[in-house]
Amino acid sequence: MVDVPLGHVGPIPGADIEDVELYHPHSWITKYVFAQDAKVIAIQYSLTALSVGLIALVLSWLMRLQLGFPGVFSFIDANAYYQFITMHGMMMVVYVLTALFLGGFGNYLIPLMVGARDMVFPYVNMLSFWVYCLAVLILVASFFAPGGPTGAGWTLYPPQAILSGTPGGQDWGIILMLVSLMIFIIGFTMGGLNYVVTVLQARARGMTLMRMPLTVWGIFTASFMALLAFPALFVGCVMMMFDRIFGTSFFLPAIVEMGQPLERSGGSPLLFQHLFWFFGHPEVYIVALPAFGIVSDLISTHARRNIFGYRMMVWALLAIGALSFVVWAHHMYVSGMNPYFGFFFATTTLIIAIPTAIKVYNWILTLWRGNIHLTVPMLFALAFIVTFVNGGLTGLFLGNVVVDVPLSDTMFVVAHFHMVMGVAPILVIFGAIYHWYPKVTGRMLNDTLGKLHFWVTFLGAYAIFFPMHYLGLMGVPRRYYEMGEMSFVPPSAHTLNAFITIVALIVGATQLVFVFNLFWSLRHGKVAGGNPWRATTLEWQTPETPPPHGNWGKEPPVVYRWAYDYSVPGAMEDFLPQNQPSAQTVSGGAHG
Amino acid sequence: MGSILIFLTALLVIGMWWLSRQGLMSKPWLEQGVASETSLPRDLPSSAAKMGLGVFLAVVGSLFALLISAYAIRMQISDWRDVPLPKVLWLNTGMLILSSAALQGARDAARKEEEDAVMIGLFAAGVAALAFLSGQLLAWRQLTADGYLLASNSANAFFYILTGIHGLHLLGGLVALSRTTALTWRGARPERIRLSVGLCATYWHFLLLVWLILLSVLTGWAGNALDICRQLLT
Repeated sequence: MVDVPLGHVGPIPGADIEDVELYHPHSWITKYVFAQDAKVIAIQYSLTALSVGLIALVLSWLMRLQLGFPGVFSFIDANAYYQFITMHGMMMVVYVLTALFLGGFGNYLIPLMVGARDMVFPYVNMLSFWVYCLAVLILVASFFAPGGPTGAGWTLYPPQAILSGTPGGQDWGIILMLVSLMIFIIGFTMGGLNYVVTVLQARARGMTLMRMPLTVWGIFTASFMALLAFPALFVGCVMMMFDRIFGTSFFLPAIVEMGQPLERSGGSPLLFQHLFWFFGHPEVYIVALPAFGIVSDLISTHARRNIFGYRMMVWALLAIGALSFVVWAHHMYVSGMNPYFGFFFATTTLIIAIPTAIKVYNWILTLWRGNIHLTVPMLFALAFIVTFVNGGLTGLFLGNVVVDVPLSDTMFVVAHFHMVMGVAPILVIFGAIYHWYPKVTGRMLNDTLGKLHFWVTFLGAYAIFFPMHYLGLMGVPRRYYEMGEMSFVPPSAHTLNAFITIVALIVGATQLVFVFNLFWSLRHGKVAGGNPWRATTLEWQTPETPPPHGNWGKEPPVVYRWAYDYSVPGAMEDFLPQNQPSAQTVSGGAHG
Repeated sequence: MGSILIFLTALLVIGMWWLSRQGLMSKPWLEQGVASETSLPRDLPSSAAKMGLGVFLAVVGSLFALLISAYAIRMQISDWRDVPLPKVLWLNTGMLILSSAALQGARDAARKEEEDAVMIGLFAAGVAALAFLSGQLLAWRQLTADGYLLASNSANAFFYILTGIHGLHLLGGLVALSRTTALTWRGARPERIRLSVGLCATYWHFLLLVWLILLSVLTGWAGNALDICRQLLT
């Protein structure tokens, strides 16, 4: 523990920054619907994303029903199955995780945590949500379009994505998907500009970059990455749209469809894969980095311990952010590319393990000799570390070309990416909601329901995805509607599949407990007070809870210390808020 | 994917240079109080807008770098037939340079608070930009008339997409430009005008740069550079 010098601190300087002129809402519509307050936008983003998440959850149920009990449910035919897969994947990765971490938590936490009154461009911020909402509506509309949604798989690989053999390929499905993605990207860019510039420009006096909580660092780095990576998806979407509508040959080689040669030639399906994964791999970290940041803060707060190696944590975030742009082709080992090319990407992929491992060590060292409170947010944070390490380790397998080639099209990959970028970030999202709900609503979420939710989700996720590794090693293929007769797959694999399906149904249903808790606690939750977790960061120091428009009352806060002054020796309380000038104020000058 | 990697490397260098000045080596757990260097720029709205534009330009740059990457990859396939560039593109390039120069003039005038000169500059820039856009449409019509249709070859499709996306960005810029003109017309505060005109000028110069790079790619002058980009990854 660093012995903090409690020496003389100069007179409190006044607010140095000119107060930003805030837009003041005049009616219910401008306050809650077309709101420009980042906190309202955050809630709009979160609720929309959670609703999409529920749809995607149901889709995963339907998929599992087919895999666990093939042929029992007549309404799930091969086309429907592929549509479920595609929509589940795309919704979860882009419309739920990205939107929730950056649009939801980013909007709520960035201004509060850096001591700003609002985002720097509130109007653009409002547009960002409504554009996102439009993208969601178009995506959901594809369920009702002729031919249904696209069934191209969430990676939308051409040429199959735009041919008639794929559901939605020659109907509306793929067009609506591409349009929706393009609109999403435009909306995200509006939001992303806000998140980045607010962090860079609107911090409170005294809030140096190195005093920012890691949550802000994580969201900031991820926003930057998303701003630079999403254009790749945009370019891919535009070009595929041209291929589909105008008959160009960007991605379509000379091809025979249903016995008929098409008027295309020379297109490169591999080009789309490059563009897609140039976005797709950073996307993994766009989801992971905010999770890393949030988990650091949850662990530090609930273990009453300063984060171990803060500088290293920041550097690791930045290093991961930069490295994640040069690993994309490890998703393409089986695409027939040059093996030396694969070797390069295997190397960069394994190098990313270094900063990532640094973070894991630092979380564990933060916990070491900490005063661990097993609150619901803490349980989720701990579960995240375990799950992330788990998924990360199988990532080391798949990062190697020779191991990846036989495993690439098996359930092993499904297990890997669900552990590392499905379950792990979702656990953080839950932990973060339990942690910040009291600030958003002024009331605590119910603890018993929370613990029930946690244990079923955590253990259930393991019961679902652990056996999948085993299935994958046996050679059970992914993306198959039904396995049929495969001599190398023993009957026990089918039993295991049925087991996974039953657990998935239970875990899915348990999420309703969480949804119920969200609404029930709004009225009946324990009143939280301003700082129920006794945390140091600025969002807990607002004069009112929930914070009103403008956040800080008359005077914006002044920051005197970093975000992790927990259990400082000599201080009366076991936490020193960032805006508290000196420890002596609390302890009455008893210690020095 | 070489050109996007070069673009990102350039951003990375800028980012690291900038971060190196932000005290990333400091030990925040040992430091208390409010040091003098921690105060942020005082003119918040203006510096936020400038930074916002800077970040936006990084996004647009990334978009065009990716398009050029895709172009470089696709053009290697044997069915590629180069598009003969319509002569009008040279005139258009001249128009865009004029437009950029006029805005630079407006920016200088705004610094000196000469409102009439600002109006003339903005107006000239707008007219020249519109001339550029109509010239681009003319080029499209000429190509279509000569049989270089969108679907007949990917080189044609790339020509339409690259010029089209560039044109859309300029069109968006024209919206901002007309708002700036309205602002100046109404006689807003000089610092507000200076900010708006400055932002427009930066955006225009950037789009001019992008256009020059696109032109060098489309004419094949950048062939050597693209080869180097490709060899980076093979």
